[in-house]
Amino acid sequence: MRILYFAWLREKLGAAEENLDLPPGLNTVAALIAWQQTRSPAHAAAFADPSLIRCAIDLEIAPATASIAGASEVAFFPPVTGG
Amino acid sequence: MIKILIQQADFNAGAELAALQADAVGGIASFIGTVRANPADNPPLTALYLEHYPGMTERALTKIAEQAAVEWSLTNTTIIHRIGRLTPGENIVFVGTASPHRQAALSATAFIMDWLKTSAPIWKREDFSTGQSAWVAAKQTDDKAAEKWIK
Repeated sequence: MRILYFAWLREKLGAAEENLDLPPGLNTVAALIAWQQTRSPAHAAAFADPSLIRCAIDLEIAPATASIAGASEVAFFPPVTGG
Repeated sequence: MIKILIQQADFNAGAELAALQADAVGGIASFIGTVRANPADNPPLTALYLEHYPGMTERALTKIAEQAAVEWSLTNTTIIHRIGRLTPGENIVFVGTASPHRQAALSATAFIMDWLKTSAPIWKREDFSTGQSAWVAAKQTDDKAAEKWIK
């Protein structure tokens, strides 16, 4: 699965994008965030507070409970601050 | 007609306003956001760096513009958001709407700005004169401003 990172998440991870094989049984945005916390110290730091993280599945905002089944692109980023 | 642009380059607000005119139009309203030199409680700013999610930004802004066009019977809508490194005084965002009557254009412009700030995937980083930088935190007041449009 293609995973994208923006703003301070991208900076903390030192990567804008990763292509990941997810462990079987990982079905929701919340589960994906919990798994990210276990991947490396940098991931643990970046994903430490899920309340600061927003998610989009295939270019649409998705809540923590959303299913990631069949998604081709998942993005993680902080709350938006444009305008 | 709806026009959405995400670009590094500046925009010409006069030309954009003129382009919103049409036979059915009786009122044109607009908003321009610019880079403040002195953000509250922080050292002076040398630049604002804007990052966005290509593809999703255009999609989110189109959705907001389409909603506004239906709600206020807009004739024309333009949203231009700049990205990249912008210095104090530079333009950030242009929103212009044209409708048969003034109140629709004024309300639609405010609606688009309120929703753009809370739903378009764009992020600002402040680069300070001290050499330090900080990503701007989202404001609860922005969420409240957007929520007031939900009936």
